[in-house]
Amino acid sequence: MVIFQNVSKIYGSNGRQMAALEDATFSINQKEFVSVVGKSGAGKSTIIKLIIGEETPSKGRVIFGSYDVNKLKSHELPQLRRRVGVIFQDFRLLSRKTAYENVAFALEVAGRPQSDIIDFVPQALEMVGLKDKMLNFPKELSGGEKQRVAIARAMINHPDMIIADEPTGNLDPMNTWEIIKILMKINELGTTVMLATHNKDIVNHINQRVISVENGKIVRDEAKGKYILV
Amino acid sequence: MLINLFRIIKYGFLAFRRNGWLSTATLSIIVLALLVFEGLMIFNVLTKTAVNLLEDKIDISIYFKIDAPEDDILNIQKSLGTLTEVKSVDYVSRDRALEVFKEKHKDDAAISQSLEELNANPLLASLNIKANDPSEYATIADYLDKADFKTMFEKVTYAQNAVVINRLNKIIGVAEKGGFVLIVFLAFIAVLVTFNTIRLAIYSSRDEIGIMRLVGASNSFIRGPYVVEGIIYGFLAAVLSIGITAPIVYFISPYISVFIADMNLWKYFTSNIIGTLFYQSLFGIGLGAVSSVIAVRKYLKV
Repeated sequence: MVIFQNVSKIYGSNGRQMAALEDATFSINQKEFVSVVGKSGAGKSTIIKLIIGEETPSKGRVIFGSYDVNKLKSHELPQLRRRVGVIFQDFRLLSRKTAYENVAFALEVAGRPQSDIIDFVPQALEMVGLKDKMLNFPKELSGGEKQRVAIARAMINHPDMIIADEPTGNLDPMNTWEIIKILMKINELGTTVMLATHNKDIVNHINQRVISVENGKIVRDEAKGKYILV
Repeated sequence: MLINLFRIIKYGFLAFRRNGWLSTATLSIIVLALLVFEGLMIFNVLTKTAVNLLEDKIDISIYFKIDAPEDDILNIQKSLGTLTEVKSVDYVSRDRALEVFKEKHKDDAAISQSLEELNANPLLASLNIKANDPSEYATIADYLDKADFKTMFEKVTYAQNAVVINRLNKIIGVAEKGGFVLIVFLAFIAVLVTFNTIRLAIYSSRDEIGIMRLVGASNSFIRGPYVVEGIIYGFLAAVLSIGITAPIVYFISPYISVFIADMNLWKYFTSNIIGTLFYQSLFGIGLGAVSSVIAVRKYLKV
């Protein structure tokens, strides 16, 4: 599903160079639930940005399904991004669209017919428990509700993979567990999930594969991992 | 494809409606820019009419000696008519001149009486020459000065009017050049202001554009609604600016007629309203659409 081959990402400015990711090699199989853990700035977000083509690697190769990600041209990226649903810490909803329109947008960009939108969008919002707030704008929703809209948007296209970048970073414990439960449910239904987090409790509770990142390097990759960082 | 187009148009209208204040602000700036244009067009028409009117007033008259035979004068009229610089040559016979003179002074008892006492026609036959271009009077005067039939002339008015004609020529030239420079300059400002306003409006949605890219929207799908919004701005601004100008023109039209007798600004405005609307829309829509494309492009690099 996802393959990283000796991938490095080096940011350089004014002659100073900083490696956000160094020589990372790993692969993620279909239907896996992978947690990527590490402190802030360890390189978790860089891994995600490389998968969705928001950044290009300085060295190495990133493969997603049949796509050689760093060889895709700007106009080919949308194709890849419709196969991946991404959930961000800051939700990244379109503020001028309602919850319904935000979710529908993901279908619209894929050119799906109106009948699909009428059928699937309410279903997806119902699944995340927001059916009665469909017509609210993001500013009228709480943090947990916004993140649930983002999840509905991420999974509406039945993507091959859901990537969640610190999805609970801005949420209280109640909402945090709600979101994690939804992600586990999505995974049970057959979608690959990658969760980037620095929340120890969550990772230990999930009890699945854990990739630990430290200073841009992958230091541990365990099938039934725990959050162990010094 | 068709469904995408439909969605793009739908989102363009939706954004225009939901952006409320931002739409209003952008729209009013474009209206102002278009008003400048309309003002320039009207200014242009006014100066052109005024200049034409002035040009029409300029001519050269040749007065012939009292004993000059009419046939010779008519021959001269013919030969002058063949000159490329000459637009028209009108012959005014002595009798005709007297008639005009009498008509003009019919209320003046002293003049009528003295004419009767004189018992002969004291007026001279003349040829009134109009040139195609005011700058050609000098050439025509030069030609007349060298002509062999010059001996028949009593006087040629060019010599007296030369200063006035030259000055008018200069004023006409300055008005035309100055008008052109002013139009280019103000048009440039209007374009710049509109472009920057639209850019600012789109700057406020740069994050949204990035999000759309990350959700998998193609560039044309993202750009489309902004272009549609730009087109709506352009069209509405054209209609509004004409709506604002109409009552102003209606109001000032009579005052303009006082200064420029032949000018009926209101009539001109109403008879050209479709054309004006067309050009204004074309300009507004073009500017709105192009500004949007350029402004959005910058934020599509995610």
